[in-house]
Amino acid sequence: MSLNRSAREKLVRALAVSVIAHADELTSLDQAIGDGDHGLNMKRGFEAVLATLPALADKSTPEMLRAIGMTLVMKVGGASGPLVGTFFMELGKALPEEPARADLVAATGKAIAAVKARGRSEAGQKTLLDVLVPAQAKLAAGGDAAAIAAEATEAAERTTPMLATRGRASFLGERSIGHMDPGSRSASLLIGAAVVTLEFEADL
Amino acid sequence: MSNSSSGNVGIVIVSHSAKIAEGAADMVRQMVGNAVPLAWTGGDLEGRLGTNVAGILEAIEVAWSPAGVAILVDLGGAETNSEMAVEMLPEDRRARVVVCNAPVVEGAVIAATESSGGSSLMAVQRSAEEFYA
Repeated sequence: MSLNRSAREKLVRALAVSVIAHADELTSLDQAIGDGDHGLNMKRGFEAVLATLPALADKSTPEMLRAIGMTLVMKVGGASGPLVGTFFMELGKALPEEPARADLVAATGKAIAAVKARGRSEAGQKTLLDVLVPAQAKLAAGGDAAAIAAEATEAAERTTPMLATRGRASFLGERSIGHMDPGSRSASLLIGAAVVTLEFEADL
Repeated sequence: MSNSSSGNVGIVIVSHSAKIAEGAADMVRQMVGNAVPLAWTGGDLEGRLGTNVAGILEAIEVAWSPAGVAILVDLGGAETNSEMAVEMLPEDRRARVVVCNAPVVEGAVIAATESSGGSSLMAVQRSAEEFYA
């Protein structure tokens, strides 16, 4: 499933558009149980990523992913910048230039482990890990793009009844229950955009 | 931002609010004068409440000391961004920067006071972390 230059550019645009188009939704989710900056922060980060095109897509896939990660780390802020940025940076470090599906499974596993370490968190605490972990499991189990995207969307919805025990929402205790985790929602948007593009462009 | 040429451990204050970071730095100065290298950073890239890695890296540079730098942070993102910034430092500096698990204002004043007596980075970190433990 190698990505040529045009596919790399489409992937970047799809990721950015998915987040930017939903910035208001992410903000209102974050206003409910956080500090209300998630939509703006993610939008700023992905606008900065878009601004590095077209040169960004000239890089190899691993180099491109590391560059995206670094831009997100520097521009997003909040806890999301280091967490989402670390995911992309580690994915870039772990992927070969011409990744096969098995490489993507292994690399996403490593990237998730790095996110867990960065946030000192595990799935079940109402964070983006509650989407990353089940979506990666679906990928590892051989699921197609539609199945992975659906799992990511449903996993984000499954954070609604969860009690937050990590991140700003954990300050609310039981009042965090009944609201979708904004970081899970943005992760599901990114995964949905990525797998759909990879299916069309790289035969995921 | 303010600096000092002493060889004491540097102190970096990271808050979501620039006002809190600056105010905490003022309190540190009142206690130790210019005896410790000191820098603060607060706010996101647009000056709203938040923290950013670039600002933290710059503050570490300003407060740099061969004895190391102790970072005091407020809420979650300040800590995560500070840890990210530490990892992005050149390898020879990385091991000489610590993020203290202590309240930002009290921790900064206590850590700076400890530093002003010439204590090691480890002792500075311990003083801030143990005072409120």
